[in-house]
Amino acid sequence: MAEVPAMSHDPSYDLKIPVIGHDFLRAGEAASRIKKVLQALNLPPQVIRRASISAYEAEMNIIIHAYRGQLALKVTPDALTLVAEDEGPGIQDIDLAMQEGYSTAPDEIREMGFGAGMGLPNIKKSADKLTITSTVGQGTRLEIVIRIS
Amino acid sequence: MDYFHSVRLDKEKCKGCVNCIKKCPVEAIRVRHGKAEIMEDRCIDCGECIRACPNHAKYAERDSLQELTVFEYRIALVAPSLYGQFRENTSPARILAAVKALGFDEVCEVALGAEIVSQAVREYFQKNHHLRPIISSACPAVVRLIQVRFPALVDHIIPLESPMQVTASLMRRKAMQETGLAPEKVGIFFLSPCPAKVTAVKSPVGGVPSEVDRVLAVADVYGRLLENLRQEQPSLTRADRLGIGWGASGGEVAAAGIENALIVDGIHNVISVLEEIELGRLVDIDFIEAQACPGGCVGGILNVNNRFVAGVRLRHLVRDLPAREPLSERLAAFGVPMPKVPEIKVEPRPIVRLDRNLRRAMEKLQQVQALIEHLPGLDCGSCGAPTCRALAEDIAVGKALETDCIFKLREKIMALAQETYNLAQLVPPAMDQNRTPKGGERDAT
Ligand SMILES: Nc1ncnc2c1ncn2[C@@H]1O[C@H](COP(=O)(O)OP(=O)(O)OP(=O)(O)O)[C@@H](O)[C@H]1O
Ligand code: SF4
Ligand code: SF4
Ligand SMILES: [Mg+2]
Repeated sequence: MAEVPAMSHDPSYDLKIPVIGHDFLRAGEAASRIKKVLQALNLPPQVIRRASISAYEAEMNIIIHAYRGQLALKVTPDALTLVAEDEGPGIQDIDLAMQEGYSTAPDEIREMGFGAGMGLPNIKKSADKLTITSTVGQGTRLEIVIRIS
Repeated sequence: MDYFHSVRLDKEKCKGCVNCIKKCPVEAIRVRHGKAEIMEDRCIDCGECIRACPNHAKYAERDSLQELTVFEYRIALVAPSLYGQFRENTSPARILAAVKALGFDEVCEVALGAEIVSQAVREYFQKNHHLRPIISSACPAVVRLIQVRFPALVDHIIPLESPMQVTASLMRRKAMQETGLAPEKVGIFFLSPCPAKVTAVKSPVGGVPSEVDRVLAVADVYGRLLENLRQEQPSLTRADRLGIGWGASGGEVAAAGIENALIVDGIHNVISVLEEIELGRLVDIDFIEAQACPGGCVGGILNVNNRFVAGVRLRHLVRDLPAREPLSERLAAFGVPMPKVPEIKVEPRPIVRLDRNLRRAMEKLQQVQALIEHLPGLDCGSCGAPTCRALAEDIAVGKALETDCIFKLREKIMALAQETYNLAQLVPPAMDQNRTPKGGERDAT
């Protein structure tokens, strides 16, 4: 770190996209935009794939479970970081939410093909690092890191 | 890499009308100096631009029947969709006889190879459970689309050769055995419904040279086929209706007997499905039958009949043909062993839009974003690029100028006009009565 005092001079690319709860018409748009950016940056196909899947699942969780939020992407030469932050009910038991098949999605959401309880586990599988913080009654924050190369 | 493309531009005919640029699924066309240019590293030879051009300036390169003289023994391979190109009740036995009468020693239906591949597809599913959904490799335009635009999905493509290649290698081996000729003396001609198959032959995806020697367009020989439609030669028909069904959308799934499949046709529809797969959806689907042409191969641009009419003809034929003996018995009667379908390896070929180097790509992307803010966002195409974003990318890589945008140009001209006007208002000091000398400078001189 001593040799590189000005970290901010390292090139990076930032993008922030708002996501609105229950806006199913635009579901997946934020993830698509992120995917297009990563493609334009010519990142390795599998990195793009894992980031797209993570972005999509995080976006859908905001749409399905929260009120409003945003997806933020940061790309540096070493890694890409996705932060999904929302205002919403929060997650009571994160370990439980991480289990495959665990879902609190109501029936009408399941009828749309969501609510298999696979979103968070899929993010976990796609990410090199996943950090979830949540306050019940306030909201949830996911930080997903995927290393490049 | 030197890469053969079948879809090309006839410069004389191109009016630079920009009709084609928006139809290209990989944004490979730019109009420059009044003519459409195809970017070779992107084009997948789907033929959409041929469909879109009102001036018939785009065409598909293919071989001609004159090439028959190059070979000593000539075999025609007939795509299943050919059977949809004639009047109702024109039997395969008559169509095949007409094809042979073009000057061939032998003719074989690719539908036979389709049956062989169908069986291999079924076996592949019984053995491989780890990855879903699996995508068909039958349409070469779809395979190429995945390589350039969905490179992360290449592993989902079923690694099996196409029916055309399987039929070709089976027929070459048989011809060599029967005639004693060297392989290069045997000429295999495929009657193609589309330019993508021409490319598949001249630039095979796995790099292994194709067993097909020449590709003819159905449209080029159609007139002569109609003249030749006389006698039936039932001995030329070897395929069963399930193989023939491959000629239209849904045929592959029906022949392979896969229940949990998604069938999609038309290149832009295919893209929408591939986008879902890329986001990790559709893992509950086993198989994707995807064809670039609307309706499947019957909708290929080198065919002649209206694709809806051709589709219904083919379906009727499949419905009405009597079932035949099992494939293995028919192959035995034909004197060929059941071939093993070769595996193919499909490599990703992602488009480099801005820069291979990540740092430089980030800088250029920032530039692109800034440019997009300034462009009108109308995606009008007048600049020769399909969208404002595409123009911004072209500018960032130095292939276009901001003033290529007519709105930007107009702004510049207006600014210039304003300045010219302002200048015109200025009057030489000698004539200017309103001008008061400053700080007594004049007095000093
Ligand atoms: N942003 C969020 N806000 C509140 N609760 C959430 C949030 N994200 C996930 N959860 C909770 O965690 C559970 C599991 O999430 P996960 O994404 O794994 O499955 P799901 O969204 O229910 O279904 P699927 O993602 O398969 O459609 C959810 O059912 C929900 O109870
Ligand atoms: S559609 Fe394309 S190829 Fe055809 S004339 Fe117009 S610009 Fe040229
Ligand atoms: S053949 Fe297809 S990919 Fe190639 S330029 Fe035409 S529309 Fe684009
Ligand atoms: Mg979810």
